[in-house]
Amino acid sequence: MHPVLRTALQRMGLSLLTLFLVSVIIFSSLAMLPGGFAETVLGQSATPETIAAFNHALGLDRPAYIRYFEWVAHALQGDFGYSYAGVGGSVKRSVADVIAPRLYNTFFLAIMTAIVAVPLALFLGVLTALYRNGWFDRIVNATTLTTIAMPEFFVAYVLMVLFAIKYRWFYSLSTIDPSTPFWEHVYRAVLPAVTLMLVTVAYMMRMTRAAIINLLASPHIEMARLKGISPAMIILRHALPNAWGPIVTVIAFSLAYLVVGVVVVEVVFVYPGIGQLMVDAVSSRDVPVVQGCTLIFAVTYIVLNLIADVIGVVTNPRLLHPK
Amino acid sequence: MSSNPRKGAERSRIKGRTLLEIRDLKIEGESNDVWHPIVKGIDLTLRSGEVLGLVGESGAGKSTLGLAAMGYVRPGCRFVSGSVAFDGLDLLKTSEAARRAIMGSRIAYVAQSAAASFNPAQKIIDQTVETAVDHGIMSRSDAEADARNLFRMLHLPQPDSIGERYPHQVSGGQLQRAMTAMAMSCRPELIVFDEPTTALDVTTQVEVLAAMRDIVERFNTAAIYITHDLAVVAQMAHRIMVLRHGLVVEEAPTREILTAPKQAYTRSLWAVRKLRKAEEPGGDVLLRMRGVSAAYGTVPVLDDVSIDLPRGRTLSVVGESGSGKSTLARVITGLLAPSKGEVLFEGKPLSRALAGRDRETLRKIQMIYQSADTALNPRQRIGEIIGRPLELYLGITGKARDRRVVELLEMIELDERYVDRLPGELSGGQKQRISIARALAADPTLIICDEVTSALDQIVQEEILTLLMRLQRETEVSYLFITHDIATVRAISDHVVVMCQGRVVQQGLKSEVLSPPHPAYTELLLSSVPEMDPDWLTRLLDREKKTSRPG
Amino acid sequence: MTAGHPKSPRARRGRFAAVRRELSKAPLSAWFAMIVIAIYAFCAIFAPLIAPHGEAEIVGKGYMPGGWHADFLLGTDQIGRDIFSRLIYGARNTIGVALVATIISFFIGIAVGVLAALNRGWFDQVMSRIADALLAMPALIFALMLLAIFGKGMLNLIVILALLDATRVFRLSRAAAMNVVVMDFVEAARLRGEGTGWIVFKEIIPNILAPLVTEFGLRFCFVFLTISALSFLGVGIQPPTADWGSMVAENKSLITYGNLTPLYAAGAIVLLTVAVNFLVDWLLYRTSGLRDEQ
Repeated sequence: MHPVLRTALQRMGLSLLTLFLVSVIIFSSLAMLPGGFAETVLGQSATPETIAAFNHALGLDRPAYIRYFEWVAHALQGDFGYSYAGVGGSVKRSVADVIAPRLYNTFFLAIMTAIVAVPLALFLGVLTALYRNGWFDRIVNATTLTTIAMPEFFVAYVLMVLFAIKYRWFYSLSTIDPSTPFWEHVYRAVLPAVTLMLVTVAYMMRMTRAAIINLLASPHIEMARLKGISPAMIILRHALPNAWGPIVTVIAFSLAYLVVGVVVVEVVFVYPGIGQLMVDAVSSRDVPVVQGCTLIFAVTYIVLNLIADVIGVVTNPRLLHPK
Repeated sequence: MSSNPRKGAERSRIKGRTLLEIRDLKIEGESNDVWHPIVKGIDLTLRSGEVLGLVGESGAGKSTLGLAAMGYVRPGCRFVSGSVAFDGLDLLKTSEAARRAIMGSRIAYVAQSAAASFNPAQKIIDQTVETAVDHGIMSRSDAEADARNLFRMLHLPQPDSIGERYPHQVSGGQLQRAMTAMAMSCRPELIVFDEPTTALDVTTQVEVLAAMRDIVERFNTAAIYITHDLAVVAQMAHRIMVLRHGLVVEEAPTREILTAPKQAYTRSLWAVRKLRKAEEPGGDVLLRMRGVSAAYGTVPVLDDVSIDLPRGRTLSVVGESGSGKSTLARVITGLLAPSKGEVLFEGKPLSRALAGRDRETLRKIQMIYQSADTALNPRQRIGEIIGRPLELYLGITGKARDRRVVELLEMIELDERYVDRLPGELSGGQKQRISIARALAADPTLIICDEVTSALDQIVQEEILTLLMRLQRETEVSYLFITHDIATVRAISDHVVVMCQGRVVQQGLKSEVLSPPHPAYTELLLSSVPEMDPDWLTRLLDREKKTSRPG
Repeated sequence: MTAGHPKSPRARRGRFAAVRRELSKAPLSAWFAMIVIAIYAFCAIFAPLIAPHGEAEIVGKGYMPGGWHADFLLGTDQIGRDIFSRLIYGARNTIGVALVATIISFFIGIAVGVLAALNRGWFDQVMSRIADALLAMPALIFALMLLAIFGKGMLNLIVILALLDATRVFRLSRAAAMNVVVMDFVEAARLRGEGTGWIVFKEIIPNILAPLVTEFGLRFCFVFLTISALSFLGVGIQPPTADWGSMVAENKSLITYGNLTPLYAAGAIVLLTVAVNFLVDWLLYRTSGLRDEQ
């Protein structure tokens, strides 16, 4: 087998293993629920008989591993069970139905942010690396260090005070529903997107800068300089082909970071995404919804890292051209 | 193509006009916000077609000077004053673009580590022709044809197709020659060679040296050859400049400086190779390996090795990288269990694994490493480092321990002032002395020395070897001395074992092994070691032409 | 284990002088950072002495305006508690929880990381896989999930954050220890017949401490920000305990009226994390510069 294929498959296998472990952790967290699943749902007043009946009805009296495989099989088909919020009432709402529209909104926000943030961060990162230790680099360094140190809600409120309250350019709350037109959706998501951008660009830019500086210090770049190659060609021919691995890692890391930042930002701007849903579910201890959200976040995270890994492998000349 | 038979006299070609003129050059380097001088005012003149050797120990500033000849300083360094005139143009004052037009096309550079200096993502041929094509000197197809021709002249295997490979797909010696081809592609007037053979094994070094010398002569290229190895530079250079602490110590034609060095420092550099131990056969066997084989996983490293080390004597194990000589040490110390055979120490078999050995056995076999930087814990003070074996093995504590530590420091020619220092505050040679003291503290019967001098400058090497010999006379300790350096073998051994690819090729008394007749591999190894004679390489190549080279 | 060699006063004086020399060269940002951290520490330790009012004491009407001559420097919150006093108590609570969680995570992370580096094999494999799986989920998300299951509360918060953060400390200390384990001086200690205790405490840990100290600053910031975020989301430190994250959330409706009260607590968070980051940045720069010298 070609080493690239073998290494890529290895990475995929490792990701699958991680995914398996993650799903076990998420599943078993349900089993660890203090007081048990039934008591949480039915309340403290439930008699042992009603609890047993409830457990039997939901199949909770069967062995854990069988329930685990059922849960995975259902999750794979997009079925995460039913929200507790509906159990007591008349309407049972499936977790998938609750999550789906929210997921769309969150991805909308994340993609909107990434489209601007990734090119901007790479550009700034390369620029500061090329002019490192100059005044531009120092200013950007201090700024990004400060931005990284700020909680998202601080950045969000400052932006809100400035651009929605002092100057009424944007709405302070990003209320959106499925009927909102596309560009109206974009307009209403600007402030949350800018908040996320500020935070992720700072991270991504610093990592890009470090990766490029590391690369520019390698002997083969010095050799290219001593061969009289022009700076543009050095970057294009000698630096970039060896930089894809680190750069993709930076992007994947930042997108993963975006996924987390989304939670707080959605709450601040009351943007109806999966992050806000999850926070609400945590407050009301709606465990199936929390599990569904967690699994989606985790899968996004793992897949992003896997893509970065595989691109790193595929662009590695030592693996690409074996001895 | 084969190299022409030459005499030393013929090598001194007619030298032309002044090509490079460096005047009062000063360069500083920064560390921890402080600028300190690296090159402290050097003058250098080079005529076209002339090869100048720059010799010096680490920190002499020779690499910085070599790069400065191209008008380049590494990041973290800066030019302070002086001029670097190449063909009348001051490279320090000219524009970046003008300097770039000269770099690569008229002045080229060959770096120490070819593996790191090639772009891993590009084929060798693409990198070889890059300068010629970028500077508009040749068309791409002409440049490729020329590159293949250069590969052939440099005796690279499969010269027509080797360029299609990636750098990691060819060996170190081949890559070093490919880099020479890359430097030659524009037929520069000057090439800077920066320690180009230091990372290579001796047998590979000969081929690379011969190829480089041949091609430099063929195109009448001027060169600056930087190295710490006098014997190597003697083969390459017409003139030698000795540097120390950023200043010129002495400069003279090669033959003159080799036969009649004027400065004491130059003489001391030369003197190293004169150290000799009178060989003694020795009596009872202290350490005996019988039919030992060992492997890392499934990769066999040692194959049926049997050696004897007499008590109180020095056995040198010599071989190139990959010969298994360091694995030998790992088997004796118990870090690697042999797959076959046994190791007898004082007549009794040693437990194969470290865990099975008692403290007394551990005490008797001590080890000294190649790099004292990594062998001494940087966070422990010298007193603690030397004192620990005293506590652990001999139960000496408190005042008695402190007294014994000072005694040991005095044995290695240091004193009590060092007790409270950290290894980082010591020089390379002093650190290696501390390693020796730590081994001595255990009062051992056998010390395994793994390339203990190869990371040190030549003068320091001699001091360490002299110290080791004195300690052997005083304490009757036996040494198993692992090295790749024949000069060290000559200096310190009683017995010699030659290893190649995990096998013992030859063993016996030093006088037997080092004098003919030799088995083929020993012959190759011995003949590949450069000598301080400017005609050595020429003679070797002539002899090879007559009898095809073994190996 | 026997005591190390007694250090002479000369060596110790040398080290003090070196610290003084380094401090005199410290840039403005580092001085700013050290002063800010000192003030925060002072507030946290002496909170009851500094604060004019009690932590949860209702001292006035809701949303009273503040000012130099007003009764309440920064006004009162939605149920009439003194915001200035709550900010000071918040220093104690928020920093305290973050510090305890970080310290626990370092103890666990370093212990497991060093042992894994020393005994490669199944222990290392199992621990690394578990850490990978835990790291495969964003910390905030995972913390949210665990809080949903085990319920809110100070103790749960500390334990969950310490465990999650320990995986990151584990990774770092394992990697750092691996670099040390391959050193010849560790092999020399093994050949000398030293036990695991000596190798861990005398050979490895002293050599990985420097990077871990700077990492401690960064991890603390991370934990501190995560706690603030969780509190802001309403699942972290619970009322009536004063905490900066929840203080922002409690007063957030004021923002829509252009009142900046919620930003006081947020600003307190920012100032501390910026200061710690500046300090770590300087420490990193300093240690990388020192390497050439030694």
